[in-house]
Amino acid sequence: MNTSVERNFKIGDPILEVNNISLSFGGVNAITDTSFNVLEHEVRAIIGPNGAGKSSMLNCINGIYKPQQGSIAFKGNTLSKITPNIIAQMGISRTFQNLALFKRMSAIDNILVGRKLHSKANFLDVALQLPKARREEKVNLKKCEEIVEFLEIEKIKDTPVGKLPYGLQKRVELGRALATEASLLLLDEPMAGMNVEEKREMCRFILEVNEEYGTTMVLIEHDMGVVMDISDRVVVLDYGKIIGDGPPEEVRANQNVIDAYLGVSHGE
Amino acid sequence: MSAAISTYSKSDYINFIVLMVLGFLVIPMTVNSDYWFTSILIPWLCLALATIGQQVIMGYTGQLALGAAGFMAAGAFACFNLILRVDGLPFFGALIISGLIAAAIGIVFGLPSLRIRGIYLMVATLASQFFIIWVIDKFGWFKNYDSSGIITAQDIVIFGRPYTTPVDMYLVILVVVTVMTILAINMARGSTGRNWMAVRDMDVAAESMGVSLLKTKLQAFAISSFFCGVAGALFAFTYLKSLEPVAFDIKLSFKILFMCILGGLGTINGAFIGAGFILLFPVLLNYLGNNVFHGAIDATIISAMEQVVFGVLMIVFMIYEPLGMARLWENIKQRLFKKKNK
Amino acid sequence: MGSEILFFFEVVVGGLLAGTMYSLVALGFVLIYKASATFNFAQGAMVFFAVLSFVGFMELGLPFFLAFIVTIGLMVIVGLSTERLVIRPLMNQSEDTLLMATIGLGYVLEGLAQAAWGVEVRRLDLGIPDFPIMFIADAIGIFISALDLTAGAVAAFMVISLAVLFTQTKIGLGLRAVADDPGAASSIGIPLKHIMLLVWSAAGVVALVAGCLWGARAGVQFALVDLALKALPVLIIGGFSSIPGAIVGGLIIGSTEKVLEVYIGPFFGGAIEGWAPYVLAVFFLLKRPEGLFGEKIIRRV
Repeated sequence: MNTSVERNFKIGDPILEVNNISLSFGGVNAITDTSFNVLEHEVRAIIGPNGAGKSSMLNCINGIYKPQQGSIAFKGNTLSKITPNIIAQMGISRTFQNLALFKRMSAIDNILVGRKLHSKANFLDVALQLPKARREEKVNLKKCEEIVEFLEIEKIKDTPVGKLPYGLQKRVELGRALATEASLLLLDEPMAGMNVEEKREMCRFILEVNEEYGTTMVLIEHDMGVVMDISDRVVVLDYGKIIGDGPPEEVRANQNVIDAYLGVSHGE
Repeated sequence: MSAAISTYSKSDYINFIVLMVLGFLVIPMTVNSDYWFTSILIPWLCLALATIGQQVIMGYTGQLALGAAGFMAAGAFACFNLILRVDGLPFFGALIISGLIAAAIGIVFGLPSLRIRGIYLMVATLASQFFIIWVIDKFGWFKNYDSSGIITAQDIVIFGRPYTTPVDMYLVILVVVTVMTILAINMARGSTGRNWMAVRDMDVAAESMGVSLLKTKLQAFAISSFFCGVAGALFAFTYLKSLEPVAFDIKLSFKILFMCILGGLGTINGAFIGAGFILLFPVLLNYLGNNVFHGAIDATIISAMEQVVFGVLMIVFMIYEPLGMARLWENIKQRLFKKKNK
Repeated sequence: MGSEILFFFEVVVGGLLAGTMYSLVALGFVLIYKASATFNFAQGAMVFFAVLSFVGFMELGLPFFLAFIVTIGLMVIVGLSTERLVIRPLMNQSEDTLLMATIGLGYVLEGLAQAAWGVEVRRLDLGIPDFPIMFIADAIGIFISALDLTAGAVAAFMVISLAVLFTQTKIGLGLRAVADDPGAASSIGIPLKHIMLLVWSAAGVVALVAGCLWGARAGVQFALVDLALKALPVLIIGGFSSIPGAIVGGLIIGSTEKVLEVYIGPFFGGAIEGWAPYVLAVFFLLKRPEGLFGEKIIRRV
């Protein structure tokens, strides 16, 4: 478990609170009356079978979907009727389940887009290459080069990401989220489709970021081993409802969770 | 070198100097046929500028807009009226204000892009094309109540000196196009362009990174229309030398769309390559028709064949090289360069 | 009834009937969209290509019906080669890429038609006059053009036969399967080839019929391509995948543009028909992006 490592940031008070949210698409419930919280600096995992509503949950937090009921509060501010870019400004960034990179742009350009909120130069400053724009570009570029180095993707930084193998794309996407310097990162299956070695590296990146910068993480993951290893607390969703919530070992022992995963109560 | 680095590389500077020497010195001194200036170079530069506008909205921001000619018309008639009605307004001032007027109209017609995309947006921009032309046509004020339908454009006067010979007009356009191309390259390579491309490639992700779709799309529409507006004014004042709404019909919009796509979506040099190709190819066909086949082929058939070739090229590029001629050119350069190294 | 109201009805009915001509162009578009999930921007060019070829064949001395059959054959060839050479190589590309390729296709067809048959405007006489039918005028006081009425009847006939074809026959079921999943259609025993042949032939026939009606009214000329562009707002209102939508969309566009032209146009110097359908479509889009009959598009993230 994560607590075994020395952490610069002690787990604090709730930074994100999800209160009784419900989301449905055309009458089909994706999430039903769900509540949980995320503490500052913790690594929080959301697990559950396919179609349990995990990604929908992240999409609600991130403002892509609007839940019909309930509220979500971040740092004490209720997030309602706001768009993903405003949520980003509040300090939440994310990666996507099926990769949402800017395919025709290079890896470094993708990561640089993550610096958007740290760019104050407007299009005229950029067009005229005023000192303001040049200075800012330099700072952003330096920051992104650091991220590239951290993620060990120097070799491919100028390659259009559409041409990269899946594992590297996932890394670039993490890099883009890191570039925002958000205080809360939502990672949607950051290790899906990876082999053991790639997974281990990705875990290392996630933990290092959490330890060094205290970034709070909410991640969706299928690999129970990984979840047990890196998360502080786990939420288990099934059919849009919470069936377990607590530290990994407690969740693992929870009979409802075991049933959901082994398909005792219902098949997938 | 990464496109992210907005400071220019050495080869960029060399290219720039070579092009400037060519454009400002070699061409004016060596080309002595008016035909080349009035029928090739002047329209090429004007249309390349409009194509940069199309690139901004379509190539960089990924919004399928089909109304460049409408904004060109807006710019052209704005410039005509500004010079006509505002005493002492310098030509470049009128040009900039014309661009701004086109940009404002562009923002209005860009609004639907916030809700719709693809062919839906194309239909919405067709509305702008037809509407702008209609307004200019139906309200006499824009044409200074001239009943003939065709108005002669005023002479270009800068600091009291008229620029009316083909070479003079070419130089005026070259200055404008050079400056605006540099601005476009700066934006495209900098954070502005990255935001555009992010919206193009994956809008939801762009938004999640804090890029406002509203601001970015409308900004792209404004800048695109600004370029088209200025290009339209130059086109009317130097190439057409007259102002008539029909010169900016849907066919011209399609032409610019082709220049943009064949040249290479999301490239600035592609705008020049595409515009050059679309302009020169018919010249070549006509030359072949006259000199090789000695007029045995009817001119209408030649122009029909030219349409077929453009269409086939469009399909072929979409299938094999969606990034267009600019990419082909890059590939050729790379291959040549590699051979030299061996 | 007052003459004002009669006149209003006359305008509306005229608009509705003229609208069916847009519907016919839109119909061809819908067919191809259903089978290939392609926004076939070249549909207007196909209309032009079809009717110009038809007139051309008649000029070569073919009798009306033979020319009609030969043109349909030609359209089937055009359709199948398009499917094979343009649509299939781009199957996994984005919608926008396909759309641009069909813009290129439109250029090719327009160019080929003009290279083969020349550019001069042809008259096409279907034997149906574009004049008001007097006995209707005498009976209820509304002037309706015989050509408009024929267009309406033809459109109605085509819609009914297409509807029967697609809902009542095995091939129609196959078509619907193709739209969802090409593999599935083969697995229920309908070769994809046959379905494509059928759809493109149907689209070709529809293009030819639309071309004949337009040509009879406005002459067979290049301007038909621009007229056919108005099928786009029709499709936006009706929905890209709905045959009834194409019809209803055409009726809405046809009647609205006529009413606007007659009652509002004069205040602005007329000719608002040129842009009114597009603006109407834009407002429609903002309210209902999937069209009246289209399926709601949910973008998954």
